[in-house]
Amino acid sequence: MSGGTFVGMPAFPAAAREAVGNTTLRANLRHATHTIRDKRARAVAELSDWDRLREAGKRIKDHTLRHLDRYLVQLEESVERAGGTVHWAADAEEANRIVAGLVRATGETEVVKVKSMATQEIGLNEALEAEGIRAYETDLAELIVQLGHDRPSHILVPAIHRNRGEIRDIFREEMAGWGRPAPDGLTDTPAELAEAARLHLREKFLRAKVGISGANFMVAETGTLVVVESEGNGRMCLTLPETLISVVGIEKVVPAWRDLEVFLQTLPRSSTAERMNPYTSMWTGTTDEDGPSTFHLVLLDNGRTDTLADEVGRQALRCIRCSACLNVCPVYERAGGHAYGSVYPGPIGAILSPQLRGTGSEIDASLPYASSLCGACYEVCPVAIDIPEVLVHLRERVVQGGEATRGGNRVTLKPAKGHAAERAAMRAAGLAFARPGALRAGQRLASRTRRLHPRALPGPGRAWSATRDLPEVPVEPFRDWWQRTRGGGGGSGDDRTTEGNGR
Amino acid sequence: MRVALFLTCVNDTLYPGTGRAVVKLLTRLGVDVDFPMAQTCCGQAHYNTGYRHQAEPLARHFSDVFGSDAYDAVVTPSGSCGAMVRELYPRMGERARAEGRGGGLARAVAPVVPKTYELTEFLVDVLGVTDVGAYYPHTVTYHPTCHGLRALGLADRPTRLLRAVKGLELVELPGAEECCGFGGTFAVKNADVSAAMGADKVRNAESTGAEVLCAADNSCLMHIGGTMTRLRTAVRPVHIAEILASTEEEASS
Repeated sequence: MSGGTFVGMPAFPAAAREAVGNTTLRANLRHATHTIRDKRARAVAELSDWDRLREAGKRIKDHTLRHLDRYLVQLEESVERAGGTVHWAADAEEANRIVAGLVRATGETEVVKVKSMATQEIGLNEALEAEGIRAYETDLAELIVQLGHDRPSHILVPAIHRNRGEIRDIFREEMAGWGRPAPDGLTDTPAELAEAARLHLREKFLRAKVGISGANFMVAETGTLVVVESEGNGRMCLTLPETLISVVGIEKVVPAWRDLEVFLQTLPRSSTAERMNPYTSMWTGTTDEDGPSTFHLVLLDNGRTDTLADEVGRQALRCIRCSACLNVCPVYERAGGHAYGSVYPGPIGAILSPQLRGTGSEIDASLPYASSLCGACYEVCPVAIDIPEVLVHLRERVVQGGEATRGGNRVTLKPAKGHAAERAAMRAAGLAFARPGALRAGQRLASRTRRLHPRALPGPGRAWSATRDLPEVPVEPFRDWWQRTRGGGGGSGDDRTTEGNGR
Repeated sequence: MRVALFLTCVNDTLYPGTGRAVVKLLTRLGVDVDFPMAQTCCGQAHYNTGYRHQAEPLARHFSDVFGSDAYDAVVTPSGSCGAMVRELYPRMGERARAEGRGGGLARAVAPVVPKTYELTEFLVDVLGVTDVGAYYPHTVTYHPTCHGLRALGLADRPTRLLRAVKGLELVELPGAEECCGFGGTFAVKNADVSAAMGADKVRNAESTGAEVLCAADNSCLMHIGGTMTRLRTAVRPVHIAEILASTEEEASS
């Protein structure tokens, strides 16, 4: 993927502004997210024990995270017993170095990839390219993103921001440069587009000697890795090459095989609204004459143990990447995935990225505010991550600083820049609200000057009055009415009719 | 039954009509209403913007004002401020304890949390009424605001109350459960996305042909109403308390 990094992204509001103004993008996103969200709701409603499955998933993940050290060591032993090799990568750079070294050792300069969030997160394709190794994405949506010199904008449907016409144009213009060209006269019908991708990819599957994958789950007791997918391209990547390298975040481990029973129900229903995903591939080390003869597992930290150290924020590590939260999020629907400046967009991205990367950059400091806290994400999350709670917690870190863990060390973060005026305003409001008399004086002043109030606000308030009218300040605040009519005493009877609501 | 009206700072300052409506409605239902003059703000704006520590004194102040045994219940015409007290005050208390600052805040808020109700909850669950004797001859569509819907779980209480209002025709709002885009400081920090969400909400309301869009939170209605006048739509925003307080005598006078 050539243009595929998020480095130097502007802060969320600026990136979102562009998307909000792009009517094609908004129409594409609206259509796709509403279709998936409605189907998901139906698929979930079919199960009478959904709430219990959700609770079970949450508990399994919490238990695993609490004993992560133990389960990771058990996983390492199981994988090696089954004939695999385990590598530990503290950060993106180390993971990329390990993978590039493993590919170079095979003598190959091409690899096929099954869609993997972890390798996107670390920018593996770019790192391999710098080493003269070309990585071919084989998931249909990832292929569209790669051919389009684009970035993924959704966890499950990376090309959700593209419509069929755009995809046809990308195939026509770009396929030839990466391998087998698009057939002549390609139209935008789904069947023709899928067939063009199939022919293009088939050539790569049959040639590739090295496959690179992520995994949805890793089972500690057996050393088994699991990928769920819809197309079967992933299974081709996992089974055809001689060498398989899997790069997986350490939070993907579950203790036992039976734990999959929960997630293989909740994940497909939450993500694609299917009762079961079409392909579930599981691999345990290597097996003679069957599948890859060499298997490497790269266990990726890259900010995960730092996240684990945060008592409120650690629940983000329960995430099973189903993307249900993206599909119900009204902010994601309008801002688009790219505005989140990370491979993890939407509500989960807004809490995961500022934890994995820290809140130091402009985009990461803006992400906790990329939500109206409506709570729709929490409601659909199959592992009950209280995303609004974590968003507010991270806002606190941005505006007030405080204790956090970075690179394994406890550090005291300073407040992010640009919040001094807001902090002062919040403090002033706090003081006024601590004294009812001060609040009342302010209300009376506002009422007496009501005819002088401007219709447009200066400063940050301009953002409000650009698109919305302000309410008119009423003649008297409620408390003055109460005191005037009740003399401040206890209430019984009402001698005034209700006027309009003051709007 | 004696209740304390927690009106919220926004309603007190900008929407006193809602407060008068709640007093009128509850009084009509035989409830003894008091408005403790010392009340100010629940601290939600502070908390949700990341100033939890500045919200703590406001939570204590709230508990001092409303914790009195003289009140059987605290009633508020705001789903989000109600959710702040019920959901987040206990959480703030636990966080303070976890940070080694003792259980003082948790103890202070404990008496007031379980007796705080959003207005429609209070009517249906505590008073046990759905027909409050109101008359409102208009077509109304109902927007369930996010904190009322998801944090408090108001469910169909507001619509049950509305259906029992004489003369009122309730029409369904498409995409009702989607956020209107207000979100407190979100409306300013992410103004473009907020405005796009608000415009979609207004267009959905318009498509129902209703005269009135009703909700149980004036903050959301401020954002939606401000968008309505800008988009020159015919729908008016009205707080549910004002509908429930309306009577036939009033309409004919």
